[in-house]
Amino acid sequence: MPHVQSVIHPAGIEAARASHLWWLIFGICAAVWIAVAMAALIAIRTGRRAASRATDRQLGTNIAVAGALSAVVLIAILFESVLTGRAEDAIRTPDALHLQVTANQWWWDVQYVNDLPSLNVTTANEIHLPVGRPVRIDLLSTDVIHSLWIPSLQGKVDLIPGRLNELWLQADRAGVYRGQCAEYCGLQHAKMALVVVAEAPDAFERWLAANRAPAVPPSTPEQERGKAVVERGPCAMCHNITGTLAGARSAPDLTHIGSRSTIAAGTLPNTRGYLGGWIADPQHVKPGNRMPVPGLSDEQLQAVIAYLESLK
Amino acid sequence: MTPGETKRRRDDERRPRLADHDARLTVEGLERERRALEKTWWNGRGLVAWLSDTDHKAIGRRYIVTAFGFFTLGGVLAALMRIQLSRPDNTFLSPDQYNQIFTTHGTTMMFLFAVPVVLAMGVYLVPLMVGARSMAFPRMLAFSYWMYLFGGIFLYSMFFLNIGPDNGWFSYLPLAGPEYGYGKRADVWAQLITFTEVSALVVATCLIVTIFKLRTPGMSLNRMPLFVWAMLIVSFMVIFAMPSIVISSTCLILDRLVSTHFYNQAEGGDPLLWQHLFWFFGHPEVYIIFLPALGMMSEVIATSARRPVVGNLTMVLSMLSTAFIGFGVWVHHMFATGLPELSLSFFSAASMMIVIPTGIQIFNWIATIWSARRLQITVPFLYMASLFFIFIIGGLTGVVLAAGPVDRQVHDTYFVVAHLHYVLIGGSTFPLLGGIFFWFPKMTGRMLSDRLGRASFWLLFVGFNMTFFPMHLLGLDGMPRRVYTYPASMGWHGLNLLASVGAAVIFVSLVVYLVNVIVSLRAGAVAGPNPWGAATLEWATSSPPPAYNFSPQPTVASSEPLWHTELAPPPIVGLASDTREVLVTFLLDAEPDHRYPMPGPSLWPLLTAITTSAMFVWSIFQAQGVVWGSIPIFIALVGWFWPTKGKKALEHGAPTRLTARESLS
Repeated sequence: MPHVQSVIHPAGIEAARASHLWWLIFGICAAVWIAVAMAALIAIRTGRRAASRATDRQLGTNIAVAGALSAVVLIAILFESVLTGRAEDAIRTPDALHLQVTANQWWWDVQYVNDLPSLNVTTANEIHLPVGRPVRIDLLSTDVIHSLWIPSLQGKVDLIPGRLNELWLQADRAGVYRGQCAEYCGLQHAKMALVVVAEAPDAFERWLAANRAPAVPPSTPEQERGKAVVERGPCAMCHNITGTLAGARSAPDLTHIGSRSTIAAGTLPNTRGYLGGWIADPQHVKPGNRMPVPGLSDEQLQAVIAYLESLK
Repeated sequence: MTPGETKRRRDDERRPRLADHDARLTVEGLERERRALEKTWWNGRGLVAWLSDTDHKAIGRRYIVTAFGFFTLGGVLAALMRIQLSRPDNTFLSPDQYNQIFTTHGTTMMFLFAVPVVLAMGVYLVPLMVGARSMAFPRMLAFSYWMYLFGGIFLYSMFFLNIGPDNGWFSYLPLAGPEYGYGKRADVWAQLITFTEVSALVVATCLIVTIFKLRTPGMSLNRMPLFVWAMLIVSFMVIFAMPSIVISSTCLILDRLVSTHFYNQAEGGDPLLWQHLFWFFGHPEVYIIFLPALGMMSEVIATSARRPVVGNLTMVLSMLSTAFIGFGVWVHHMFATGLPELSLSFFSAASMMIVIPTGIQIFNWIATIWSARRLQITVPFLYMASLFFIFIIGGLTGVVLAAGPVDRQVHDTYFVVAHLHYVLIGGSTFPLLGGIFFWFPKMTGRMLSDRLGRASFWLLFVGFNMTFFPMHLLGLDGMPRRVYTYPASMGWHGLNLLASVGAAVIFVSLVVYLVNVIVSLRAGAVAGPNPWGAATLEWATSSPPPAYNFSPQPTVASSEPLWHTELAPPPIVGLASDTREVLVTFLLDAEPDHRYPMPGPSLWPLLTAITTSAMFVWSIFQAQGVVWGSIPIFIALVGWFWPTKGKKALEHGAPTRLTARESLS
C-alpha cells in the first residue's frame, strides 16, 4: 500500500500526536484482550473439570480488583487523550498561514487568504503547504456537510453550512499526501478527494507567487482557439480563469489548471488523455457530478485541452 | 343459601391463594382444569383466527421469523456491497444504487432486525419466565407487530420502486433536507422510523407492565432472572430514547412536507440540532440492542455452568449503569463537528467509563464459568463464549474511538465499520443466534442438530473475523466509509477482497443455520420440558408451552426455581379457567393483588394497524393525509374500544382485590 492517506504514517506534528496516542491505546487494549481471552480459556478448562474450589466471595474479590484496575487504566487513557487534545493548541500561532477551504458537492474550493484581498490566491482540489509552518484552515460549506480529512497531517473537521470551523495543522515532512471527504455528502462522496503538497518554504513561496498571477496568455493558434471556446462556450458559465472573460465562481478555478496534478477532485490524473475524456463526458467517470456534458466538437475539444494544459 | 352467600362462596373459591391440600390439585382436578383452560385460551382455526391472535408466544414467534426475514434482506444488500467493493473502480453497482443499498442495509439491520428481534425474544420469553399466563395488553402487542411488519414492507416496496432512502441510516441534514434530498427518499426513511417507533414503544410498555405486575407470587424483584432484568431496563431505555427520534424525525418530515425550518441554517435552524437529537436516541439504541443479548448470555452461561451467575446484584447494577451512562455519550459521534474541546472531553470520559459496567459483567461470567459445577460446552454456550473473543475487540476499539484525537482520525472510516460490527454482531447477533438455539426446543418442542449447530458456529466465527478484522486496517490506512468505490492506486483491494470472501463464508454459515432450523422442525429430537436442565420458569411448562402457559400457576421461592424444587411453595389455585384470567401482583415482592381478565383475540389491532399505516404512507405524499387519514384510524379505535355489554361484561366483572396477608396466609 502506498500509505498516502494513512493514519499511522504521519507527516505532521498533529497526526504524529494522534498516531502516538493510537499506539499507546492499541498496546493497552491488546494486552487487555490477551488477558481476557486467556482468562476465558482457562475458565472454560477449569469449569469443564469442575476443578475450582473458589468461593463466591473470593471470586467477587477478584472481580472487584479487575474492575478497579480497568477504571485506573481507563482514567490513564482519558488523561493522555485530553492532554493530547490540549497539546494541539500549541501550533495555534498568529503567524500561521491562513487558508479558507469551502466544500461543494463534490469538490474543494481553496483560498489562500491575504491581508490584502486582492492578493488572495484561489485554487481547487489541491493544497500546497510550506513545511514547518502552522496552517489555519477556515472551513465552510456551500451545500451539505462535508469533512476535510488529510490523515497524514491532522484529524478531520466537518464543514457545516452556516458554521465556521477551524482546522489547524502543520506539515513536518515534505511530500505529496492525499485527503478525502469523510462525511457522507451524497452521490459522489466517494470521489471527493484532494492532493496536499508539502514543500520547502521557498518552493512554496514560488508556487504561491505563480498562482497569484493571472493566467498565461495562449502561445499557439490552437491554444488561442481553445481560449475562445472556453470564454464563449459553456465553460465560462461556471469556471473562472483570472485574466480572461471566464469569471464564474460555481466550479473549480481553472487559472492554473495545467499545474495541478489531478482533475475532478483527485479522481483522475491530470494528463492529456484523462483531461480530454473528462471534458468530453464528465458524467462517465463521476456520474451525477454537477458538470454537464459540454457538447464540443472534436476540434473544439482538442483546442480546449491544449489551452487548459498551457495554464501552468 | 341466599344469592349473596352463594356469590361470596364462589368468589372465595376462586380467590387465588397458595393451595396446599386442595381438591383442585389432584391429578384429575388438574386434568379437568387444563381441559377447561385449553378451551378458554384456544384461539380458533382459520385465517381470521390467525390474524386476530393475541397470544404473546404466537406474536413473539412471528416477530422473530419476520425479523430474520429482514435480516436476510439486509444481508443480501451487504453481499451486494461486498461484491462492489471487492475490486477497485468496480462498476457492478452505480453510485446511486450503492447509496440506496448501504442506507437500506443500515436501516434494516438497526430498525427492522436488531431492535425488533431482541424485543421479540422478550415478548416470547418474559411472560414465561415470570410465570404469567399472558403478556399485559395482548391486543396492543398484536398491534405493534402489525405496525412493524407494515413498516418493513413499506421500506422494501419503496426500495424496489427505486425510491429507497439514500442518505444513510443517520439521515444527516441538510443532505436529507428539502433542498438536497430529492424526491421522496428521505421521507420514506423518516416515516419508516415512525413505524418502528410506534411498535417499539408499544412493546416496551407491554414488557414493563408484564414485568412489574404479572410476576408470579414469590418472584420478588431480587429473584427475577437476569434476562427479565435486561428486558426491563431496555424497555425503559426505549421509552426514554424514542421521544428524541420521534421529535427529530417529525421535524424532518415537517421541514420537507410543509416547509418548516427546524434544520435550515439560513432561517435560524441548525443542522447540528439533528445530530444531537438523532444520536441522543442513536447511541442508547446500541445498548437497547446489546443489553437483551447480555441477558440471554447470563441465562445460557448459568445453565451451562450449572450454577447461578456470580454477582447477581452487580450484574443488575451494571446493566442499570450502562443504561444511565448510555444516555450521556452521544456526542462521541460528533467529535469532528467542531464543538469546544472542554465539552468533548466530558463525552470522552463518559464513553470510556461505560466500559466499566460491561467489563464487570464479563468478569462475572468468566468467574461463573471458572467455578462451574462441570461446565457443558453446548452450541448455545459456544455462541455466548465467542463474546469474550469477538465482542471484546469491539469494546476495546470503542475505547480507541472515545479518545478524541484518535477518533478525529478514524471517525467515518472502515475502522468504525469494523468497530460497530464487532460490537453489534459480536455483542448481539452471536448471543442472539445462541439464544435462538437455546430456546428453540421451548418454542417448537424439538432440538436443533448439535453437529450442524457447531458447523454453523465455526463457519460464522471464521467468516466474521475474516470479513470485519481487515476493516480495522483499511480504516487506519485511510479508507472512508460509505464510498461506492476506491481507486486502485490506494492499494486497498487486497484487504477488501479478503473481506468479501469472508462475507461469503458468513453467508454459508447462515445457510447451514437455516437448514438446521428447517430440518429440525420436522425431524429434530423431541425436547421435553427442560432439555438443558435450566433453572428458570419457562422450562417448567411443556415444550412448546400451552396457550395458557402454566397450569397450575407456579410460585417461586428462589431465583433458580427449577434447581431448588424442594423450596417451591405450593402452586396457586383459584384463577378462573372459564375466562382468560391472569394474576396481578405487587411490584416489589410480587404478592398477589387481584385477578384480572385479559382480552381475547381480536381483529381490531390489525385493522387499526392497517389504517394507521395508510395514514403514515399517505402523509409523506400529501400533508392533508394526516387529517383525512386519521378518520379511519379513529373508526378503528372506536371499534377496538367499544365497551362489551351484557353477560360477557358481567362475567369479566371488576377485578377482585385481595390483601397480601389474606392471600398468603
